[in-house]
Amino acid sequence: MVAEIGLLALSIALCLSLLLSVLPLWGSFNGNLRLMNQARPLTWGFFVFVAFSFGCLIWTFVTDDFSVDYVAKHSNSLLPLQYKITATWGGHEGSLLLWVLILAGWMAAVALKSYRLPPELSARVLSVMGMVSVGLLLFTLLTSSPFNRILPFPPQDGADLNPLLQDFGMIVHPPMLYMGYVGFAVAFAFAIAALIGGQFDSAWARWARPWTTAAWVFLTLGISLGSWWAYYELGWGGWWFWDPVENASLMPWLVGTALMHSLAVSEKRGLFKSWTLLLAIFAFSLSLLGTFLVRSGVLTSVHAFANDPERGVFILIYLMVVIGSSLTLFALRAPEVRSRVQFTLVSKETLLLVNNIILTASCATVLLGTLFPLLLESLDMGMISVGPPYFNTVFVPMAMLLAFALGAGVLLNWKTGSVKWLYQQTRWILLTSVIGGLAFSLIYGNSFMISEVLGIGLVFWIVLTMGKDLLNKTRHARAKSGVVVALKRLKPAYYGMQLAHIGLAVAIVGVAIVSGYSSQRDLRMAPGDTVDISGYQFRFDGVRPVQGPNYTSDYGSITVYEHGRQIAVLHPEKRVYTAQAMPMTEADLDPGITRDLYVALGEPLGNDGSWAVRIHIKPFVRWIWAGSVLMALGGILAISDRRYRFKVRSKVLNKGREGSSDFKGANA
Amino acid sequence: MNRRLKLFLPLAIFLSLCLMFYIALFRDNKGELPSALLDSPLPSFSLTTVKNPARTVTRDDLLGEVALLNVWATWCPACRVEHPYLVDLANKGVPIYGVNYKDDQPEARKWLKVLHDPYRFSINDQDGSLGINLGVYGAPETYLIDHQGMIRYKHVGIVDANVWKNDIEPKYRALVEQAQQSNSGENSSEADPS
Repeated sequence: MVAEIGLLALSIALCLSLLLSVLPLWGSFNGNLRLMNQARPLTWGFFVFVAFSFGCLIWTFVTDDFSVDYVAKHSNSLLPLQYKITATWGGHEGSLLLWVLILAGWMAAVALKSYRLPPELSARVLSVMGMVSVGLLLFTLLTSSPFNRILPFPPQDGADLNPLLQDFGMIVHPPMLYMGYVGFAVAFAFAIAALIGGQFDSAWARWARPWTTAAWVFLTLGISLGSWWAYYELGWGGWWFWDPVENASLMPWLVGTALMHSLAVSEKRGLFKSWTLLLAIFAFSLSLLGTFLVRSGVLTSVHAFANDPERGVFILIYLMVVIGSSLTLFALRAPEVRSRVQFTLVSKETLLLVNNIILTASCATVLLGTLFPLLLESLDMGMISVGPPYFNTVFVPMAMLLAFALGAGVLLNWKTGSVKWLYQQTRWILLTSVIGGLAFSLIYGNSFMISEVLGIGLVFWIVLTMGKDLLNKTRHARAKSGVVVALKRLKPAYYGMQLAHIGLAVAIVGVAIVSGYSSQRDLRMAPGDTVDISGYQFRFDGVRPVQGPNYTSDYGSITVYEHGRQIAVLHPEKRVYTAQAMPMTEADLDPGITRDLYVALGEPLGNDGSWAVRIHIKPFVRWIWAGSVLMALGGILAISDRRYRFKVRSKVLNKGREGSSDFKGANA
Repeated sequence: MNRRLKLFLPLAIFLSLCLMFYIALFRDNKGELPSALLDSPLPSFSLTTVKNPARTVTRDDLLGEVALLNVWATWCPACRVEHPYLVDLANKGVPIYGVNYKDDQPEARKWLKVLHDPYRFSINDQDGSLGINLGVYGAPETYLIDHQGMIRYKHVGIVDANVWKNDIEPKYRALVEQAQQSNSGENSSEADPS
């Protein structure tokens, strides 16, 4: 019964979203305020019904209703409760519903904050998001309903959730990632609304900015959670695999990062307008494309598709309608007037343009690398993968270039600048960075690597230029009223920018050191054996059987000593999950700021209780995720800036200003 | 006017992408790529194996039986897809040799440990020299080698039940029969001059 109610709620939500995508938009063309004002209640209704439907799905999981096909395929009566709940998004149908739920959540949030927007704009934004959700709901209801029953003979028990997904990471990673993916729908809707209305002033950029940053924060956290999860759960000790699924999340992140920066230029200087709009469309398109690639399975296995070509066609049509129509709209309505504002070759604008070009280009290379196999395939040339060899050679140099441009871009002023001034500002920083990079690579570890020199040198470069900029920005105020006052005078948005860039530097530290100085050993260890790796002694204390709730485990114990002192006892496991008879490696690790000790069990070897053991020492690996968290915190700090909140009071004032600027409203 | 046209560029690119997706969706199953080396002898090589870096194998180690030569790597998700089927085939008695193409050796060893090893041995082709001689486009690729070391067939992409039954197995069976006949014909001579 609950499943049917869930289906009903979803159908009602579809009707509401249909109304939402038509009525307010229509009203916005006629200036009919009553129709426009329907946008908010419709959005809230839509959100409530989707949330209710999602709740129904969770309920069927919690109550083990295996007559529901989706539950039978992804759950099991022995599954612990928290995983029963997260199994809701463990498969295609449920994760699609989660997508819709999160979209509804963003829409409700936009509706809540929309009182400070002009009525036409808020009506259009919500209508556009309504259209996006109509397509997704149709897709869910027509091809992938999670509420289908298997009657009259439901199975006794479920097939269980993939053991890989029975993990804390799986609880938080997908919702976080989807929050980011779907969050770009807001920026997208703002862009489409702007194209419809023909209004692209800096007020528009100021409205779109916090939403874009918020989506970016979620996506940053989602990606790094995914990387962290792969690191400790897959048992390979790697943190990034250039897997198509990972690439699918990286691409919107790269374009989203570019969008944040170009929005800054659009707001502050009124430049790059068409470019910003295009990036907003791209960011969301790539999110949709990512969903398409991942969900259709078109990249890893053709057969996933052959089973259900209906779904593939539907998503493809959906992509064509959403992306195709928005790009057509863009081509027809994007502002063609060349901006009157000029800037010199060496200026913040130029460097931000460089930032945008590098980010877009690196996104294009990732896209190419991800789609190249597909391209060959569609030319009937078979199915192949280009692996890390390709991505590392093209992506890493671009990332380095970007980090270098960052330093210069932060220091330079808007509008004007000169090479001479920049040289004056940075010569000591440049020298220190080079020396720092060289010194690090010579002192740390036992081999000299040019990639480490570059990596660590760039870290010095970013940190020092950020520090220098802070000094420059506070120079006058410091002289007048002291350091504290001077620091207080800077805006949260500025500190957010600083923090996010420092976060990038921290992440580079992690990436550079862990890829250069990791050590790993594959060993055969009998109980009592001790091995010395990089100054740590690992003693293997054997393996004993342990019974888990829905698995049996070979529970290993390894004691780690440093200088004869015990520092950790690690318990790597080899689990076999009962329902699917699927073996899983559960690695264990001792985290640390400067190194992770990481052990995983291989296979039992021989009868004397010896096992294949894999031991990694991963220096500074945590810095990668710490850096991502700092980036996200920087984003949050930037959103908290007061200028995004004082819209209500300054509305009247703004309106006057907008009228005089380049507001060429189609409905004016 | 020209500037307006430029604004259509993103749309044009997107539409051609869609066309590609459409073809990928409805393409009749994978095609095979004619190898320049078809019906010519397997190139000679002298490389170590993945599991035992001290062991050097050459072309001669592959001769004597009809076998599959599978190009794989841990960085290749499609290889992961086909891997269980290769294990299946190996269990059915089909001899399979691996070429571990441009890969990280510890990762590759780990892969074979965790996912089971269908290969008699895997040749460690770290710098891709064997791959170049074979004309490898990427991973995975599978070659059908007859008992005298001639390349008889090449399949690009994953090998699964479909591909095996329809494309490879008939050729494999025919070659096995051929090999048996030629063996019984010259029963006494053991060496295989080729």
